[in-house]
Amino acid sequence: MSRLVDVFLHALTQGSLYALIALGYTLVYGILRFINFAHSDVVMVGAWVSYTLAGVFGWAATGSPAIAMPVVLILTMGICAVLGFTIERLAYRPLRRAPRLNVLITAIGVSLFLEHAGRLDAVFGPDPVSMPKLLSEEPLFHIAGVAVPIVDATVVFLAIALLLLLEWLVYRTKLGAAMRAVSFDERTASLMGINVDRVVSITFLIGSALAAAGGMFYGLKYGQLDVTAGSVWVLLGLKAFVAAVVGGIGNIRGAVAGAFLIAFVENFMATYASPAFQDAYVFAILIIVLLVKPGGLFGSVTREKV
Amino acid sequence: MAPLLQIKDLNVHYGGIHALKGVTFDVDEGQIVTLIGANGAGKTTTLRAISGLLKPSKGSVTFAGKPITGRPAHEIVALGLAQAPEGRGIFANLTVEENLDIGAYLRHDHAGIAKDKEKALGLFPRLKERLRQSAGTLSGGEQQMLAIARALLTKPRLLLLDEPSLGLAPQVVKLIFEIVKTIANDGTTILLVEQNAHMALKVAHTGHVLEVGALAASGPAADLAKDDAIRKAYLGVH
Ligand SMILES: Nc1ncnc2c1ncn2[C@@H]1O[C@H](COP(=O)(O)OP(=O)(O)O)[C@@H](O)[C@H]1O
Ligand SMILES: [Mg+2]
Repeated sequence: MSRLVDVFLHALTQGSLYALIALGYTLVYGILRFINFAHSDVVMVGAWVSYTLAGVFGWAATGSPAIAMPVVLILTMGICAVLGFTIERLAYRPLRRAPRLNVLITAIGVSLFLEHAGRLDAVFGPDPVSMPKLLSEEPLFHIAGVAVPIVDATVVFLAIALLLLLEWLVYRTKLGAAMRAVSFDERTASLMGINVDRVVSITFLIGSALAAAGGMFYGLKYGQLDVTAGSVWVLLGLKAFVAAVVGGIGNIRGAVAGAFLIAFVENFMATYASPAFQDAYVFAILIIVLLVKPGGLFGSVTREKV
Repeated sequence: MAPLLQIKDLNVHYGGIHALKGVTFDVDEGQIVTLIGANGAGKTTTLRAISGLLKPSKGSVTFAGKPITGRPAHEIVALGLAQAPEGRGIFANLTVEENLDIGAYLRHDHAGIAKDKEKALGLFPRLKERLRQSAGTLSGGEQQMLAIARALLTKPRLLLLDEPSLGLAPQVVKLIFEIVKTIANDGTTILLVEQNAHMALKVAHTGHVLEVGALAASGPAADLAKDDAIRKAYLGVH
């Protein structure tokens, strides 16, 4: 019983991380129909920026004040939002009318740039680091004898709060309606007075801010940050991307559902079947879902291309 | 008084294709002006160039005395020049009401928006029952109604309509043309693109005939409807 609860909690935390990251893929795909390969690097930068900020504020030692985590989170999200905005402006916008393959190759270029620029001593440096404990690992409460650490509870709580905030933004505000309109038909949206470039910029701001939160939470939960060009980030980004595709890429609720589905299958199978295939389960789900429902579980409305 | 819309020597290229070859005409305030022509003549291209969706390679568009050539589409709408595009351009992933609200995207006068919404729904009562429905579930006729209602919510001085009758049943076509007249009587100037030359020339004051990218004839709609060559080519009279 306690093992079951333990796996469940672990999957919940991991699913929250995947969801935060998956949304960036799905938001950008929904609007520009291209896969932003540099997105996992924004996650990585988010983790490293939060590490750097904690050091700058002198919160790297244990016993940081309660204000440390929210301050670092907000600054990290802000910095990465600006990073995402800049990437779109400089690298993707000039290629808006170019064939999609050109944009894809550019995204890979941006990704390699961020990974290798990050290794410079003047940036994040070439070695892995330990993330400062901005959140305690003390148990907040117990479920069936299993301790729920403060860090896990906070990560899940904040991730869900951010997801609900995004849901509200996209489905309940004028800006959200404009985002959905642009995603369906850019040309007609501009005929309604919507500045499409601005909506695209906002989409990158939001997706990158969520990715930053995902990266920082990843650091807080696992305590270690791989080097900026490390495979951990690639795998994390890849799994979040799979979550977005499994949920139906372009579909916001689908990305969240896909993220939790993947985290649960991954963790339960690793515990009760074999841990050797932990990553393989994720890709197995992808293949099965794509075979049964090529558009993903929540396959979004097919777009009329005029 | 200067015309509300002036198009001078409009040229548009799609890569190597010269789709508009120097089109010149005016639209006077308060009129219904129709642009008729066969499939591929360049009617949609003309409207797209006016609305800023395409950059003309040469020529100018002036709206309400202001040059608007080459300005981005979202800025042109703000000046009071709306378009219900070819194929209706309904956001099928939004509800009917959200589609209408998108029409009012640039407006902040909540009372005015509510009033105009009421008025637009008065023209198309069928939409009123379907406000919360996904717009993708509407019939073709209802989608056209929504496209016109949505364009009206931008509060236009000039409304461009691109083949509003396309693919609709005769009864619905009649209704749409009635509404076009009502909108014009209400003070909105209309530039109506149609392949249904018969109906278009009946409601319009002035007509222009577009043939492979250039105007072949222009004049009062009633005269064009009597012209033998036009009757043969566009009205199916032999
Ligand atoms: N996006 C495009 N790319 C290339 N050629 C186009 C494009 N759109 C229209 N054309 C061509 O321009 C001409 C005019 O088209 P269009 O304005 O759509 O005509 P109409 O609306 O009168 O049917 C046609 O020959 C058409 O094939
Ligand atoms: Mg056309």
